[in-house]
Amino acid sequence: MEPILVLLHTTDEGALPKAALETLAVARTLGSYHLAVLGAQAAAAAQSVSEGALSVRAIEGDAVAVSRYATDAAAAQALVSASAATVVLAPCTLRFQRALPGVAARLNGACDTHVVAVDPDLSIHRWYYRQRMEATQSRSARPWFVLIEPGAADPCAAQPGAAAEVLPCAVETRTEVVGYQSPNADQQTIRPDAQLLFVAGAGWTKKQKDGQTHTDEAGNLILNFVQHNKTSLGSSKSLVDLSGEGQAVLPFLTHLHQVGQTGSTPRHRKGLSTCCHGEEPHVVGWRFINERRAINLDAACGWARGKADVLYVADAFEVMRELAKLL
Amino acid sequence: MPYQIIVCGGLAPDPLQTLEPVTTPAGPGLKNELMLPAVFDPWAGHALYEAANLAKNVPGSVIKVVSIAPKAKLQQVMMTVAQKLPFELVPLDGPGGGFTDSASIAAALADAIAAIPGLDKSQMLLFGGWESATRGAGVVMQMVGEKLGITEQFLAVDELKVDESGALIIKERVEGGRHQVSKCAAPPAVLAWATGNLPEPSNHPQTGMANMRAMMPALQKAKAAALTTTVSYASVALPSVTRQTKIVKDVPAAQIAQELADWIRQ
Repeated sequence: MEPILVLLHTTDEGALPKAALETLAVARTLGSYHLAVLGAQAAAAAQSVSEGALSVRAIEGDAVAVSRYATDAAAAQALVSASAATVVLAPCTLRFQRALPGVAARLNGACDTHVVAVDPDLSIHRWYYRQRMEATQSRSARPWFVLIEPGAADPCAAQPGAAAEVLPCAVETRTEVVGYQSPNADQQTIRPDAQLLFVAGAGWTKKQKDGQTHTDEAGNLILNFVQHNKTSLGSSKSLVDLSGEGQAVLPFLTHLHQVGQTGSTPRHRKGLSTCCHGEEPHVVGWRFINERRAINLDAACGWARGKADVLYVADAFEVMRELAKLL
Repeated sequence: MPYQIIVCGGLAPDPLQTLEPVTTPAGPGLKNELMLPAVFDPWAGHALYEAANLAKNVPGSVIKVVSIAPKAKLQQVMMTVAQKLPFELVPLDGPGGGFTDSASIAAALADAIAAIPGLDKSQMLLFGGWESATRGAGVVMQMVGEKLGITEQFLAVDELKVDESGALIIKERVEGGRHQVSKCAAPPAVLAWATGNLPEPSNHPQTGMANMRAMMPALQKAKAAALTTTVSYASVALPSVTRQTKIVKDVPAAQIAQELADWIRQ
């Protein structure tokens, strides 16, 4: 068995994200492994999950307390080199997706991201062409960084063990992290951990039975549903593009809500699509939505062709008004 | 100080095309791959539009697009893209599909960029899409940056502003619908773009004609990219269709809402 390193990072608050425990769960199916953690309070975080690890290392301090390429890459390089591992398993968070491919290049290795499964023989499974086809593949290049897609495995239980050896890391950078920008809590509509994804399509902004558009009511119905039920909000590209072109549509939708070919591929147990035709470029973003239902006036839309479990041929305005009374 | 903006971008099959994997002597590929209509990779396209916006606001800046693709197909796509903004094309002839090795693609791009005559790396901004619509790995830009010695890198960028001191103020996507804001004191830097905020520029045939006058000789002289691979594919397959859609119609909205409410509560 090749030496495997499980490389994790903490959040700004010093905790391990759920994706870290999922990666650890994948590693435990492969046999023994080394463990390394970088970030704020990394040593404590490493010890909290270190039972069974062959070695435990950490890099912490101000430099790696925030997510930044130069410092993350230097820390990851130091931890990988110290472990002498040839295979590195890490969560495919945006922090590591930014830093680890560059580390792979530094070490003349390779990096595969969005990996959804790893077999005992170190074959990996990942999707190509925006989730349209799945490949099983392996690599001869080493070190090989394998970034596990969040949600691809159940998180393991944290079991504390040996204390971490803390390594030094110093690197110069011209980048300063200023902070975060996020919507106010009552305006937050992207919730990766929500059970349900609610997708609003362009039909919400079209003329209705009375020949008029009702975008204000559409906005209220959608936002009330999303906020009251704590669902995550998504959109099709066409609707997002309309708002980008300055039309008075649904002002709370941005490109961050876009699901599909040029948007995100979120993971939720259920998805409800409304006023969206279910065209293939959008539906490829639903690859990891298990239970799918759609409301559309067109009985021949894309959702009817094996893309949804249930298609309700109905007026989404009427259904959502009724649904608001029930939930 | 004007920037030298290098945009890396490949081609992708038109999103509306049906894709089917096939096995070729060179490994996995797409059925009728060379016949499929192609577009400039969407996220690389956003990077290009952002580059054009930056170049417009910082006079003297130049844009060069470095692309690896079959050159006949690249020429077809450039006939459209070249109409949108002025840029110079640095083409490499090679396979453009998703099953190429990202590390090898990155090395070829880095070599091509390093060989650009008169490139001032101290003023270089390396742009590209954060992921392609083909491999979708999101690793090439970081590798190209490393090979060029650039350690200020940003992924999933949605906004770039230049402040009065010349520092770059960059917004990157992070989990949960948030943005991380960073300040980079000066170039060089790698910016792998997400969607950004700019609409697609309209076509200007005169810009297209001016661009193509330089692009056609460049395409004819395009060197073959020397690509290798360390990937072995055991299988590439379409997902099996398992859903039998139940179509519910002519049912009152209240009844549908009740069914949905029950389903949501489960």
